[in-house]
Amino acid sequence: MKIPLSRVAHARSGDKGDTSNIGVIAFDPRHYPILVREVTAERVKHFFGEMVKGNVERFELPNLGALNFLLHEALGGGGTLSLRVDAQGKTLGAALLRMEIEIASGELS
Amino acid sequence: MIRIANCQGFWGDWLEAPARLVEQGPIDYLALDYLAEITMSILQKQKEADPNLGYARDFPPLIARIQRRLIERDVKVIANAGGVNPIACAREVRRLAPSLKVAVVTGDDVFGRLDEFLAAGHAMKNMDTGEPLSAIRDRILSANAYIGAFPLAEALGAGADVVIAGRCTDTALSLAPMIHRFGWKPEDLDKLAAGTIAGHIVECGAQCTGGNCQVHWESIPDMANIGYPIIEADHDGRFSITKHEGTGGRVSVDIVKEQLLYELGDPKNYITPDCVADFTTIQLKDAGPDRVQVSGIRGAARPAMLKLSIAYSYGWKAIGTLVYSAPQALEKSKAADRIVRQRLQQLGLKFEEIYTEFFGVNACHGPVAVPNPDPPEVQLRIGVRGQDRKAVDRFTREMIPLVLSGPPTGTGFGEGRPAVREVVAYWPALIPRELIQTSVEVVE
Repeated sequence: MKIPLSRVAHARSGDKGDTSNIGVIAFDPRHYPILVREVTAERVKHFFGEMVKGNVERFELPNLGALNFLLHEALGGGGTLSLRVDAQGKTLGAALLRMEIEIASGELS
Repeated sequence: MIRIANCQGFWGDWLEAPARLVEQGPIDYLALDYLAEITMSILQKQKEADPNLGYARDFPPLIARIQRRLIERDVKVIANAGGVNPIACAREVRRLAPSLKVAVVTGDDVFGRLDEFLAAGHAMKNMDTGEPLSAIRDRILSANAYIGAFPLAEALGAGADVVIAGRCTDTALSLAPMIHRFGWKPEDLDKLAAGTIAGHIVECGAQCTGGNCQVHWESIPDMANIGYPIIEADHDGRFSITKHEGTGGRVSVDIVKEQLLYELGDPKNYITPDCVADFTTIQLKDAGPDRVQVSGIRGAARPAMLKLSIAYSYGWKAIGTLVYSAPQALEKSKAADRIVRQRLQQLGLKFEEIYTEFFGVNACHGPVAVPNPDPPEVQLRIGVRGQDRKAVDRFTREMIPLVLSGPPTGTGFGEGRPAVREVVAYWPALIPRELIQTSVEVVE
């Protein structure tokens, strides 16, 4: 069954130069393994497509039920160089929450 | 237990927050963060124009406004408002609030020492690109080392009511009172890491008390009167995050988690001048209304190198906008974009980048935006960046003519021609910490 990531997680995003970071946090810590399984660096890179020119790194924080993603070369040069409205990537977390993930029936109960 | 509040997440944050924090409940320390990475270069230019400037000019009048409360309630202030001229900042605070004892921390400003460092063989390579500093040496506008919490704690130890620093880390502002009051030493790594993470949680002000929060944001109460964060710190490194009773906003585990992840890199290696904090050791617990307890934090030894924040003149940019309405708002915006680009090309103008966004359609989320085939209106937003100021200036004259000579319904040009702005870029580098000596001075 496909559901949007927003069903199981919330997110906050920001910038470090031309890298955007997105923290993805399970509402229920018991659903953290779903995030680990479904929200891989490769899928995040694929989801954003041409928006992310560099690679995507993923870090795990099981103590917070959260994943941290670094999206390199994702902000049009970043900081003062960027010509984008969202030069700091503040909206990218909200964008990622629309990504579809696959869960087994009953997995959320 | 001591209470450390943060009332300023960046220069430009809510002006009422400091006064409310000192009036609406008990706190012992008030921390204010003024410096973004490029702020130093702006302040450096102000100092070159007037040797009495180069600091956050909002800060002295703010202290003047709250000085009576600071004295009555014995609240000490720690701020990096000094920019590139902390002494001038301190003198202005003293002039407006003569009964407060003010100390400055200096030694972070290395603008005048770069050639000395280069001559000694320190390449100060760009941490992102690997380029040596010599590539941009003649375009540097400011250079500062990030300093940690110990010099700020030393200033508190000198009896200061107000501590003014230049480029210290944001987390140092909150960690310094803990070092000062609890007598923590450089080898108390877990405690320093805990204080650093406490500083990270509150350094963006109300972002840990319900601001910019995705969890049930519609239900967060009274955002107009949002309470700014308070750390209740214990000597053993445990702490709670809370806010004054009766203020708006919310403090919960979910919200603190969001802020812990904000602008985070490798969670096991959060590097500061004071320690390396491990975010994977943090334990959070909801402990009553608007209160989160934090414990379990582990840290590792401070790095041998300090980070330098160097700003340099990169080039020029401008962003021009026009609005088109339905029907076919997006098609008209795209046609206008093609016309502008063709005209720039015919003029032979060279840019490093021309970037177009269709605001209302894809500006924030780009290719992953929810499709909107017939938006009622679209703002065409074209940005250019390059080394040639004349080319950028010419671009700013190519938008408004389209109102008469382009697709129909072009409007929204009331602000006139877009401004040409200097692009000041940021050059992160490293320098051995023994080259940076800080000192504390009480300003009479």
